[in-house]
Formats: sequence, structure tokens, C-alpha cells
Amino acid sequence: MSSTLHVRVWRGPQPGAFQRFDVPRAPSQTILDVVTYIQRVLDPTLAYRFACRVGMCGSCAMTVNGVPRWTCRTHVDKVAQAGELEIAPLRNLPPIRDLVVDMREFFDKWTRAEGRFKGATTKQSDFARVAPDSEKRRDADAGIECIGCGVCYSACDVVAWNSDYLGPAALNRAWTLVQDERDAARVERLQAVAGDAGCHACHTHVSCTERCPKNISPTASIAGLKRAVLKAALEGEL
Amino acid sequence: MTRRGEAVLWIAQRASAAVLALCVLVHLVTIVYAMRGGLSGAEILARTRGNAAWLAFYSVFVVAVSVHAPIGLRAVLREWAGWRGRSRDVLLGLFAFFLLAIGLRAAWAVFG
Repeated sequence: MSSTLHVRVWRGPQPGAFQRFDVPRAPSQTILDVVTYIQRVLDPTLAYRFACRVGMCGSCAMTVNGVPRWTCRTHVDKVAQAGELEIAPLRNLPPIRDLVVDMREFFDKWTRAEGRFKGATTKQSDFARVAPDSEKRRDADAGIECIGCGVCYSACDVVAWNSDYLGPAALNRAWTLVQDERDAARVERLQAVAGDAGCHACHTHVSCTERCPKNISPTASIAGLKRAVLKAALEGEL
Repeated sequence: MTRRGEAVLWIAQRASAAVLALCVLVHLVTIVYAMRGGLSGAEILARTRGNAAWLAFYSVFVVAVSVHAPIGLRAVLREWAGWRGRSRDVLLGLFAFFLLAIGLRAAWAVFG
């Protein structure tokens, strides 16, 4: 392990360029540690986003050596064996400044995909009893731990080609609700994820699943939506 | 295109892909068999003329191609050329008909 990391960091609003920094190596150093060092010691004008530092909040995702990653849980040892790092903002989202992207479109698509739970009961109602080992609940559980970091969205080629495409995270969220027995907006949601920009636009490249830091498979969720939407279409519900 | 239409196109492409997987395999094996065996054009025609099984096989093949190819091209035009809407779908409908016509004509030519 060399004692210095050579880091190229994306700077600026458009058009922008990479700026070079030398950062001292440290044991168990994460990419977020590197970015934080640059801002605190080398250049306080560097803009980046983080909050929890422990892989829960989903705000620190960046493109590291060409791959979208959550930077707080990505160790330098894992991705920069040669001591070279290139850190850029997430792809497929408009850059604001330096490493910060505008996440509005990403979260607007969750809304467009009806990613909000709609119940049919009141607080006076009894608890819903959902069998934890039922197929539907297992499907929902498989996708429920999404932290909304945008890594899958950044990794997705279909998003790059079709800017209307809802993307893996929003569709994964929709699937967890479609499989939630308590939810009362199934048909509206299936309508929302059908069509030109919806689940059937997915080409099953599996980049989202490959890159998801929470090991969720949005690909499997989207496949479930494809079947559910088709069934609804054939039954005249769309 | 309606939401229902998009879903139907998706399953049509999947179903035609399943048919094509088998048809392409049979087609390739047939080509290799004919070429390795050194069959002449006349000998091939002698086997296909009046053979309803080959006519049925290649008719199914052609129908599957005519369904599958335009739907795939539709996504390519959407994603790589940014072309969507009715004009694209009308053109691809004509393209599907064109594939069907020339394919069935060829299948019929070696049968009749």
C-alpha cells in the first residue's frame, strides 16, 4: 500500500473538469473519508453530499472509478488497489456543483410510480394480519430495504436512453406496494407503471441489481411488475 | 399506444422469441445438414415441394419474425433515435406486413 492516493475529483458546474488531489492513505479509509479530507484540508469549496456515514441515509452515492457506489461504505482498499481514484457525480441526474446532483427527478418518479402506501383502514381498525412467510410478503420484504441512494438509477442504461423511464428504484418501490396485502391502490399503481416509460421498458440488463449496495434485485421486482401489469391488461383492469 | 397495447406488445415479443428460439435452431440444423450432405438446389426443392410440414414450419417462422422484429425495432427507435408516437408505430406496422409478405412468398415458392 502506497502512502498517498492520487485522486481526480470532478469539479464545477457544466462543463466542468477533473481536479487532481493527493490524499494520505489511512487504514480502513472509505471513499467518503477521502472526499471529506479534501474538503476539510485541501479545498473547502468542494461540494458533496452526505449525512449518516453508516449506509442508512442514501445521500453519499457517487461514481467511483466509473462505477456508482455508496461512498461511506466503500473502502479505498476495495476499489483503488493501484492508488488511483476518480470520483465523479452520479450519472443520469443533472449535476448541480462538483459531486452534488439534483435528485428531484429521481424522487418525482417515485411519486409518478404511485410509490406511496394507500391504506383502506382507519386507526380504529384492527391490526392487519399478514403472514410473514406468504409469497406476497416475501416479495415485498425482498425490496423493502431500499435507501433511495440513486445508485441503481445511475447504473441503468434504459434511464440514459429514455429519460421518461421510471427507473429501478421507483419500480422496485411500486412492486413492494403491489405485493402489500394492506394496500388499496393496486390498480392505480399498475396503471402508473405500465406504458412506454414503465416496467416493460426494462431490458433486464441487471445493472441495477449488480450495483445495489443493499443487495436488492430491482430486476426481480420489475419482472414481477411486468407479469402483474400483463395480467391486469388481459383482465381489462388497465 | 395504450397501456394495454404496450403490455400486449411485450408478451407478443416474448412469445415470438420462444417460437424463434426453436425455429432458428431447426433452420440452422437444416442448413448445415443440406450443405454438408452436398444437396443441390434441385434436390432441396424435391424435398420441399408439396411438403405441407415444411410449409407449416416456415410459415410459423415467418409469422414469429414479423411479430418479433418490429417490436424490437420499436424500442431501438425510441431509445436511440428518440422517435415515438403514431408515425413510428404505423411505419413499423407496414414493416411487419412487409416481412410477412416476403417471408410467406418465399415459403410458398419452395412449396408450390
